[in-house]
Amino acid sequence: MSSYSITEPSPLQKWLAGTLVVFYAVITLLPLVWILTTGFKSPVDAIAYPPKILFEPSLEGYVNLFTTRTRVSPEALQALPPPSSWYEEIVRNRDMVIAGPSRYGERFLNSVIIGFGSTFLSVFLGTLAAYAFSRFKVPLKDDLLFFILSTRMMPPIAVAIPIFLMFRTLGLSDTHLGMILLYTAVNISLAVWLLKGFMDEIPREYEEAALIDGYTRFQAFYKVVLPQAATGIASTAIFCLIFSWNEYAFAVLLTSGTAQTAPPFIPTIIGVGGQDWPAVAAGATLFLVPVMVFTILLRKHLLRGITFGAVRK
Amino acid sequence: MSDTSIDRVAKATPPSVAAKIRGLSDRAIAWIFVLPTIFLLLAVNIFPLIWTINLSFTNFRANRPNREVDYIGLRNYERILTDEDIWLTMQATAHFLFWTILLQVLIGFTLAWLINRKFKGNDLWTTLIVLPMMLSPAVVGNFWTFLYQPQIGLFNYGISFLTGIDPSSFQMIGDVKLAPWSIVIVDTWMWTPFVMLICLAGLRSIPDYIYEAAEIDRASQWRQFWTITIPMVLPFLMLAVLFRGIENFKMFDLVVQLTGGGPGSVTELTSINLKREAFEKWRTGYASAYAIILFVTVFGLASIYVKALNKVKER
Repeated sequence: MSSYSITEPSPLQKWLAGTLVVFYAVITLLPLVWILTTGFKSPVDAIAYPPKILFEPSLEGYVNLFTTRTRVSPEALQALPPPSSWYEEIVRNRDMVIAGPSRYGERFLNSVIIGFGSTFLSVFLGTLAAYAFSRFKVPLKDDLLFFILSTRMMPPIAVAIPIFLMFRTLGLSDTHLGMILLYTAVNISLAVWLLKGFMDEIPREYEEAALIDGYTRFQAFYKVVLPQAATGIASTAIFCLIFSWNEYAFAVLLTSGTAQTAPPFIPTIIGVGGQDWPAVAAGATLFLVPVMVFTILLRKHLLRGITFGAVRK
Repeated sequence: MSDTSIDRVAKATPPSVAAKIRGLSDRAIAWIFVLPTIFLLLAVNIFPLIWTINLSFTNFRANRPNREVDYIGLRNYERILTDEDIWLTMQATAHFLFWTILLQVLIGFTLAWLINRKFKGNDLWTTLIVLPMMLSPAVVGNFWTFLYQPQIGLFNYGISFLTGIDPSSFQMIGDVKLAPWSIVIVDTWMWTPFVMLICLAGLRSIPDYIYEAAEIDRASQWRQFWTITIPMVLPFLMLAVLFRGIENFKMFDLVVQLTGGGPGSVTELTSINLKREAFEKWRTGYASAYAIILFVTVFGLASIYVKALNKVKER
């Protein structure tokens, strides 16, 4: 009988498994690497054949992302005073001048406002509801919990029809408030389920001790349970933020100008003859990198978050 | 520390009564804590759902709000269930669901199994592999149209590099035969890590002593794999399939950005079709009936599936 088993693999097995996983990881990360690098390519390099791995880095994609430009004739360009900044120089090299800022900044800011607003609301409401479900006998508790979950089974487009009509009646179409309320309603099921799991893990004895010491129920919740649940609340918040950040279906149907977030906007960045890929990639990079950082921070709670707390590890 | 009146009353009364008073205030707190959530869900989920049911019996059109609305009974439902285009949509959805789930389960489980061989640095690689699924599907889907470009696209170039086929000889999203596979590939790329993570949790939940007992019985590794590993991971795998099934049945953002349902309507999944009916053709009543049918389908299938899952868990 060998000393290696299914629980303690041989060095050869480990080496082979490691190689295969690294191979998969490299392939699967290529599209992401491509987004990051395309943002720093010049438009010519971005569409070169064969695809360029080594290239001269350029900030043209980022400049195009944040500006709108108009073409001018070479004579008019000559007549202009010399460019006052590095980004103007990049634009002038293409026989264009900067006409003004693009909408990307606004759209990104909308994503931040709506993302943080809805995250704060859903975590606030979710924490209260989760505490009640975790500690008290709430009538029809299981039904209520299942009801909260089942709201996630509806395709977003199906929900969007009446929401569209409702928002139009209430004047909430294309407003930050409307989107914050909508994303809160979608996120709250996740928040309640995750937070209930985290709170179930806090021993009841802590609060009972506090109650005996003369704390009221509310004080016990505020001073004992909340600090204990802080990590859980933080990771729930990040999950809610990622959802609102990435959401597309509601955003594209219910917003057009004022409250439009970045996901519906980025695919509409166009240049001469089709999408301006370096600018799209630059916009995508700025938008995706925060989530990548969050994912790495969250890795311990990741599984719980994506399965609604069904798998806790 | 301020004494509330309830506390003072509680202290002054015998223990059994005191417990009751405390219980009462607990119940009040429970309701105060739960009600805002329930209210929000009623306003943004249930009220619209009831509204949808109501609209599904009408010929209402949202782009003409002033036109008179007629109740037309079950006509919308009849029309949908006999519409051949909708059956084509359902077929496209079934193709998408079947292949994405199959590929994700196979690749995801294999990866989890390999990672569980505990080689050096497996944590780092797991985190890296997980990245695609956390990103915005619309933004990533849009960028894949660039990767799929004939000639200059990285995907076509990679295929030509491996097989020698001319990279400009095929169009993943422009070709009627290849487009359904183009969305399967991107979805699999994005969501395989999800299945992998759940399988990994399943594999790690199996206690070592079960394998050790089998080892004493001299069961081969192959036999241990089929009689211990697979049955123990199965409930986890089924859970992963449930989540992927529901999510992909609702699939909208990724595919709409990738192919927009085309070419023709070969990748027009139900959500995309529904969006077209509701927000392009503005047949609001018809689309509402469609939405209800979809919801009932998902809900019904999910309930049956959960029952099966619970049976497997009990074993």
